[in-house]
Parts: sequence; structure tokens; C-alpha cells
Amino acid sequence: MQLEQQNLLKREKMGLFKNINIDKLKSGLAKTRSAIFNRISEAVTGKVKLDEDVFHELEEILITSDMGVELSSEIIEDVKRKLVYESVRNEETIYKVMENSLTSILENSFTNVEYEPDYTNFKPYIIVVVGVNGAGKTTTVGKMAHNFYQAGRTVIIGAADTFRAAANEQLEIWAQRAKVSIVQKGSGADPSSVVYETVKKAIDEKVDVVIIDTAGRLHTKNNLMDELSKIQRVIKKLLDYAPNDIFLVVDGSTGQNAIQQAKAFSKSVNLTGLIITKLDGTAKGGIVFQIARELKLKIPYIGVGEGIDDLQNFDNSLFVKTLIGSN
Amino acid sequence: MLEDLSAKLELALKKVRGQGKITEKNISETLREIRRVLLDADVNFKVAKEFIEKVSVKALGQEVLVSITPGQLITKIIYDELTLLLGAKNSELEINPTGPTIILIVGLQGSGKTTFSGKLAGKMKQLNRKPLLVAADIYRPAAIEQLKQLGKSISVPVFSLEEKDARKISKEALLFARQNGNDTVIIDTAGRLHVDEVLMPEISDIKELVNPTETLFVVDSMTGQDAVNSAKAFHEKVNFTGIVLTKLDGDSRGGCALSIRAVVGEPIKFISNGEKLNAIENFYPDRLASRILGKGDVVSLVEKAQEVFDEKDSARLEEKLQKNKFDFEDFRDQIKMIKKMGSLSSIMAMVPGLNPAMMKDAKIDDKALVRIEAIIGSMTKEERKTPKVLNGSRRKRIAIGSGTSIQEVNRLIKQFQEMQTMIGRMKQKGFLNSVFNKKSFNFN
Repeated sequence: MQLEQQNLLKREKMGLFKNINIDKLKSGLAKTRSAIFNRISEAVTGKVKLDEDVFHELEEILITSDMGVELSSEIIEDVKRKLVYESVRNEETIYKVMENSLTSILENSFTNVEYEPDYTNFKPYIIVVVGVNGAGKTTTVGKMAHNFYQAGRTVIIGAADTFRAAANEQLEIWAQRAKVSIVQKGSGADPSSVVYETVKKAIDEKVDVVIIDTAGRLHTKNNLMDELSKIQRVIKKLLDYAPNDIFLVVDGSTGQNAIQQAKAFSKSVNLTGLIITKLDGTAKGGIVFQIARELKLKIPYIGVGEGIDDLQNFDNSLFVKTLIGSN
Repeated sequence: MLEDLSAKLELALKKVRGQGKITEKNISETLREIRRVLLDADVNFKVAKEFIEKVSVKALGQEVLVSITPGQLITKIIYDELTLLLGAKNSELEINPTGPTIILIVGLQGSGKTTFSGKLAGKMKQLNRKPLLVAADIYRPAAIEQLKQLGKSISVPVFSLEEKDARKISKEALLFARQNGNDTVIIDTAGRLHVDEVLMPEISDIKELVNPTETLFVVDSMTGQDAVNSAKAFHEKVNFTGIVLTKLDGDSRGGCALSIRAVVGEPIKFISNGEKLNAIENFYPDRLASRILGKGDVVSLVEKAQEVFDEKDSARLEEKLQKNKFDFEDFRDQIKMIKKMGSLSSIMAMVPGLNPAMMKDAKIDDKALVRIEAIIGSMTKEERKTPKVLNGSRRKRIAIGSGTSIQEVNRLIKQFQEMQTMIGRMKQKGFLNSVFNKKSFNFN
């Protein structure tokens, strides 16, 4: 239609990105952590007073880490306020002030203690792992099982992802690698029945810890979220103290949607912890801060690779240092 | 998908809409809001910044002076720029006309490559091609098994080797395809981080070996700011030719799609939005932009429609459509109105979300409108009200009465039935509500 063609032509003319120097944009986006840090130094040391430009730079560091606009501005305001009391405003001071601001957010909700199930008071100790598709749940379950086994504990994995093709086979390989046992049912089986059998077996065989791997689900699918609540209920019926932990696994490169995920999952089940995976890339995992503030979850682990040992304890001060680029 | 973003943009735009003049002051507030909306939607910081700068230049420039209302112009500019940034035109999958079409699937871990490979194979099969799936992910436990199960469920062969050599698997798969007459080869590769010093060279080698027609970069629509880094690194290594956006059935705003488009310049070719194997869609940038703004060309459609539909008629028609009681009487009324609005196919073309293929199915021929009117005119009132009674002898009578042929009468009745089906589909898409209640447009 004529009108359509005119609109298209007009669009071409008004081409927003036509005149952008893509190379410049690309190189700008490729800044490494140290480069960003150098920029703070430049921005700070090159000027007598910290002006708005400097704060824009700081804001960029925070926003590009996926911290979100709101929290980033809050932190900038906080840094501004605190800098008033600093006599020397050099690279070191601003780094320290910002680091303290960020670390304090995590301090309110996290501890740096190594995660260990409370074996003395609960046997079996039940852990359920939940999350959206592709977050890294199964890999995390395998690594956790390996950790517990290495610590001399008996472990059973429950394969409650009966939906995705070959999810059973994938988890079975992980169970073999970790040298732990696994309870499985055919594809398409009711996940709750797998959970029931796993927990039952753990009780009968006096196993120390149970890890339930669930199917990936988008937090917007109500029926699938209800399925999780049901799993939680089934466990509780067998053991009134359980599940002891429900960990949400979030891909470290996730953007602001991670907050939605965390909120939705915590509505369906009693989340107790957050595991951030794939932090061995260039994503900085800034979403942790908002989740920390909003839901007060501990971070038992972070995932840094595909190997069985690539599950690390979370160290908030190190995490902050990495995020703002001093490491 | 992007409703949240739409809602926020809507709010931001409200502040400008209805004001007589755009001043630097009130536009800057709006643009700050838009910047925030974009960043909240995970559009990369720098991409968002460039976007805002350009929009502000436009909004304060000459074009503002000639606009009817400032709000309309800003809406239009934002919509146009978003569409442009997303790709301006729909990009189809490249098919190799001379030999097998080889599609290499790459991306980060967990982005949805294997599921997408299965979906694409299913789609290719539907298009009467002979796809072969290749299991080249030798690292993730049971990845090969997963692809085998997917292949089995859609009856598409899966090529795999016992050997743990992705390069060899890819190469031999091509031989296998040639021997077995597979014209489409879809190679599912392992997920890898863009900074992986072992696996990035591997994917680059595979690309060299198989010389793919298309290399598709699969990206999770929930990805944040880092999307630009991974996309850029993959683009440098394998020069991918298209982007696949996955998991759009959630509530992520998909801003990473804007970022990646801006940085690598390759088109988004598919939307993968669900765990079922038929959940694959072509990507239309204008629809995504419409969605971002919660409107789009549908605005002009509504305006046009309002000119010819009076409130009472539209209420009556809507009721009929909702109940699927649309009959030949209504059909004739519609034809009259449509004549006033322009051609039916052009009107359909303005509706974002209506698949052109679907319209083709319905075979809308504007020139036939006159003959159609004649045919309907030769029907009795009963026949128009209850088209089911139209048997052979009635059809013959109508053909003679209208000066057409039985074939044409049959065709019209068939078209009418197709139209009813289409209306049913439009109803599912929320089209009717949005047009008749003038609510914001919403596709799911």
C-alpha cells in the first residue's frame, strides 16, 4: 500500500542508527574490567572535583553489570554522600567508598560461611533446586552431589525433570561422575511421584542428603509453578521439617528479568538460597544485588564452569571487587 | 513478551501526549523516562544512550514544527526508530539453491540451541524439505541423546558419532546428508562461553569445515547487559548470519534483541517461544516495535475503521464475530465498508501479528468484490442467514441469477468458510477486542 511505502521511506530517512559509528560503539562495549577501572582513575585523578560526568561513568559501570537503574542511582547517591566526608578524593578513595556501598548491600543478606547442610539436626537433609530453562540446574545438582560425597556424605539425587528430552540421561551421567545414587522414572512421569520415591528411599536407607533436580520452567507458567508447590507439599508430608533448602538457580548473564524470576519462584515455594551460574564469562551478575535486597536470600554457591569442581563459595567482598574491576 | 516495556513507554509518552508544544524541557523528561524504560528492559547502556540522543535530536528538530500534535510525532519517531534498530524488514532463512542448506547453530550454554534445532528441523520438514539433525555437542552430558529424542519425536534423522570430535562429526554429517539426500543439515553445537579459549576455536573450525548457508546465534531473551559482549565475540569468530531469540514466552522484555542488533547488525530470524516443538515463529521487527509501544500501524487501522464503522454497527458485528455467527448478510455489509476503507488485503497487511501466510490461505482478492456482491445479492435472505442450506441446486440458481458460474459460487462459499476460520484465529489473537474496544494491542 502506498501509505505503507511512504512510511517505510520515511523510516529510512529518519534512520536512527544510520550515522552511528558502529566500530566506536563496538570498541566502547568491549571494555575490560581493568579498562573500566582505569577510566575511573582517569575520571577522578584528572579533575580537582568530582563532577557529574564522573558519576555518569560510575553509573555506567553499575548499570552494565545488570544492577538496574534504580539501585545504580541509589548507590551513586550513596557514594556522593559518603565522598563529602573524604578529604582526599582520588582513585583509591572512590574505589573504597563504592566497594563499601556495594558490599554493605550484600552483607545485610548474605554470609560468607561455607555452605553445609545441617546434618546433625536433619536426616535426610532435603535440597530442591529450581529455576528457569537453561539456568544450569542439572549441572549444579551434579556438582553439589559431588561436593557432599567428597565430604563423606551419602547422597541421593531425585530426577524430577521428567519433561525435557534426555534430562534423565543427563542427570544420570552427573550422578555417576559424583558417585552417588539416583532415583528416576520414565519421561513423562509425575515429578511429584519421583520426589516421593526419592525422599522415601532416603528415609529408608538413612541417607544424609537428598538433592531434587526439577524441570526448568518459566516463572510465568502458572501450571508449572503450581507443580513446584506440589513438590514442596509432597516432601513436607513425608518429613515435616523439609525441604530444608530450596535453591533458585539463575544464569549470571540474566538481566532485569532475574528479579521477576526470583519473586515468582519465591511465591510458589519457600526459596532459601540463590545460586548464580556461568560467572566464568564476562557477565558480572549485578542482578544479585537487587535479589539480595528484595528477598534476603543467602548465596550458597556460584557456578564458574562445566567441570564437577566448578562450584565455588560466594565471597561478597571478592564478588564486589570483581564487579567494579579492581581484581 | 514486551508488555511491561510497552506499559512503561506508554506512561512515559503520556506526559508528552496531549501537550500543545514540545519544549526542550518536557521532552527531556520524557526521554529520561524512555532511557529508563530501555535500560529496565535490558537494552545495553550505550545502545540506549545513542537511541535517546538521536530521538531527542529528532524531537526538537524541524519535523516537530510541522506535526499535528507533538505526542503523535514522538510516538511515531520512537516507533520508527525502534523498528529500524530491530531490522526494518523481516528476514527469511537463507536457502542454498544449488546444494544442501547447511545451518550451524551456535550460542552460550542454556540459550536453547538443542530445542531450537529440533524446532527448526520440524519446520523444515513441514516445508517439504528433508532435514538432517547433527549432534555435535560432545561435551554436555546427554546432549546427543536429547537431540536424538527430539529428532525421533518429529521423525527427523539425527547424525551422531561415538567419537568425541565435533569437527569430524560435522564433516562426516555432510557426507551422510549427501548420500541420503538430505537437503537441509542442522548442526547443533555445544554451548560455549565467548571467552572459552578452547571451544571458540572449535566452533570457528567447524564453520570453516562445513561452510554453512546460515550460522544462527541463539540467545536467551532474558539476557542482560552482557549480551553485546557475547554476541560480538561470536560474531567475530563465526560471523553469524542471523539471531534466534528464545524463551520469549516468559515476561522478559527482550531488550537484548535491540542491543545485539545494534552491535552486530545481523537480522533476527526466528523467535523460539516455548518448549513444544512447534513453538517457532518468524521474526517481524515492526511487530516487536509495535509491541514495545503497544500500538503501531494498528493505530491508523483503528482510525480508518472508525471513519466507516458507526458505534452501533460495530457493536452488532462484534457480537456476531465473537459468537462466530458471521453470515453472508454481514459479509455483504463488510464488503461495502471495506470498499470505503481501501482493499481488504492492504488493511490486513497493516495489522501487526497477522501472518501473511495466513492471509494467503484466505485468498483475499480485491477485484472479486464486485462479483461477490452480485452472488450474495442473488441469495435468498434465508441462504444469507444460514449458509449451510446452500446445496447444489441452490448454488446453480445463484450462479445463473448473478451471472457467474457455479465454480465461482462454490469458491465464494469456500472463501467465506475460510474467512470464518480466519476470524476465529483473529479472535484468538485478541484482534477483535483491540479494534472494537480500542484497547491497546496485544499479541500472545
